[in-house]
Amino acid sequence: MKKHKWLWLGLGTLLLLAGVLAQQTAPLLFVSTQFTPIEEAQRMRQVILKDFQGRVEFIPEDNAPFTNRILSEVRAGRVNVGLAGGLHGDFPPLVAAGALDTVDDVMAQLKDRRFSQTFVNLGKMGTANQLYIPWMQATYIMVANRQALQYLPAGASVNTLTYTQLKEWAANIQRATGRRMLGFPAGPRGLMHRFTQGYLYPSYTKSAVTKFRSDEAQSMWLEFKSLWQHVNPQSTSYDFMQEPLLAGEVWIAWDHIARLRDALNQRPNDFVAFPAPIGPYGRGFMPVLAGLAIPKGSPNRAAAVAAIEYLTRPEVQITTLVQNGFFPVIQVRLPDNLPQGIRMGADAIARQSQSNVALPSLLPVGLGARGGEYNKVFQDTFARIVLRNEDVRRVLDSEAANLRRIMNETGAPCWSPDPASSGACPVN
Amino acid sequence: MRSERYIPYLLILPSVVFLLFLFAWPLLEALLLSVRDSGGQWTLENFRRMAADLYFPDALKYTLLLTLVIVPLQVVMALGMALLLGGISRGRDLFLYVWTIPLGISDLAAGIVWLSIFTERGYLNSFLQGIGLIQQPQLWLSYETPWMIFVAVVAAEVWRATAIVFVILVAGLQLIPKEYSEAAEVFGATPWQRFWKVTLPLLMPSLQVALILRTILALEVFAVVVALGGRNLPVLAGEAYYWYNAYQNPGVAAAYAVIILGISVVATLLYLRLMRSKQEGAA
Repeated sequence: MKKHKWLWLGLGTLLLLAGVLAQQTAPLLFVSTQFTPIEEAQRMRQVILKDFQGRVEFIPEDNAPFTNRILSEVRAGRVNVGLAGGLHGDFPPLVAAGALDTVDDVMAQLKDRRFSQTFVNLGKMGTANQLYIPWMQATYIMVANRQALQYLPAGASVNTLTYTQLKEWAANIQRATGRRMLGFPAGPRGLMHRFTQGYLYPSYTKSAVTKFRSDEAQSMWLEFKSLWQHVNPQSTSYDFMQEPLLAGEVWIAWDHIARLRDALNQRPNDFVAFPAPIGPYGRGFMPVLAGLAIPKGSPNRAAAVAAIEYLTRPEVQITTLVQNGFFPVIQVRLPDNLPQGIRMGADAIARQSQSNVALPSLLPVGLGARGGEYNKVFQDTFARIVLRNEDVRRVLDSEAANLRRIMNETGAPCWSPDPASSGACPVN
Repeated sequence: MRSERYIPYLLILPSVVFLLFLFAWPLLEALLLSVRDSGGQWTLENFRRMAADLYFPDALKYTLLLTLVIVPLQVVMALGMALLLGGISRGRDLFLYVWTIPLGISDLAAGIVWLSIFTERGYLNSFLQGIGLIQQPQLWLSYETPWMIFVAVVAAEVWRATAIVFVILVAGLQLIPKEYSEAAEVFGATPWQRFWKVTLPLLMPSLQVALILRTILALEVFAVVVALGGRNLPVLAGEAYYWYNAYQNPGVAAAYAVIILGISVVATLLYLRLMRSKQEGAA
């Protein structure tokens, strides 16, 4: 009997200990739509998060599972995700469902971080409260092989290139080498639709939605189609432009900075980075903002706040830049010993956003799960006009109907650079 | 004694429950998903949008074409290989193992292997340049030459999945008693006659299994196509993937899945029907 008592007591203590240990060591589950490529995820885990006090499990997910997971966990009342990292455009469905905790207290705690005010305002998602804390930013720029520079049209400079000059440049190269050396990421996982939404359309129409089928858009597509004659036809299978750049398959490319970084980092002396071309309305470009949010009922809010505090420290922001190519959202002086490739990217980004022709446009806002179909409108328009040679006017009219349906279904008001609208953004 | 009658049912129960839970239920859910809108109302809107989509006609065309080209090619090749293997006595196992190696390779890996052959800086171009046939790397897998992507996909699929047909046919051939063939030989049948009149009819059940299996798998072809052609060669399974993942519209994705299911069911019924009547005719 006595023996048994001790046995039970011992077992009970063990169980209690195990429970306490499990409580303490349950890592903070950090789910993110960013850093999905395996190398980026590994660098996030092993380098960027290395000095974080506390255990964190970083899990990158695609947009759809990310949204579904958090929504269903919050609905079921069993939240496992402690911290959610995503692009500005990943959050609206979560905000609409009331799945995000307000983080005004965290923002107050971080007021000496010197966040860019534009980003802080975006983080309120149009409400009075802070819903995410700015995490990091990126954008899309151009990179060219130095061998291409000799074929620049007379009087043209890469830093003030126009779309017309880009076409001439690519044509000159084709004449000289017999090869089509301009490249775009129009593959299945490429970001070509961001080019049409955030660069081409704004540069030629100062709009992406309202003037989707305008006459300006029509002549823009005709011009782009004639530029496409000089584009490497393998572009429809390129997802990341750094690979064809490094392989020498293309000499001039547009892509997301994170998808160009290998080229700039591995052979900084062979490449130049420069801002996107300029169109009739200016230089359309798309800054990309990522933020950190805490789901309602997060199992470990204190750890999530600590992780946000950690990730927005100046030195961690710079580590994030060096490791994964996303730029700081706080005012911070870049150290002089930054790798040359990253410095080139940073210069191009600064030139792109700070010139007097800058025309920034936001990633789609308020489309929720319809964001994918919104992209499809632009992807299909591109494929039909440029690849399948369909009549521009007919394509624009029929795709405008799809665009209108998406806008009406979501009721999303216009976002920059389209002029503000009351109610769903109209497609004129 | 009576309780023993129930034992077989009891024993298959777990697998039935498993199938109902992991196949029948998701199947039903997918069907419902395709014919209902987000509010739960009955609708054919998903099918209408699928049919109106830019890639649907091409996806349907290429899926059917790929199946029509790949499956007969594989069956003929596998049959030849299986018969050849029957004629080998020494080193038979070695051939068997070597020919079944591709079975162990995932379809995406197979696609990437063939991509490294056909890409602009790939092995094919290096080889052709090496022997002086071409001066500059040729573009094989571009949207301007869809037929070439088609050929590459056929090559990769034949290389990858002929082994499964081969294994089924080898097993089938081993089940045929030697006596039939020997009897035919005694009556003076030529090897050709023995193949057509004895071996092939007796192999029919295995052929049926192989054909049904391969046709269904060919209708679901996806990873190899994505690796080699991206979206340049649209196929039905790929479109289902894009609609679910990139466009986040499960309804239209489910409509694509239902179309694949429908074609698979029709093909299976067709095989069962056609090959049964042939067997009865032979008997």
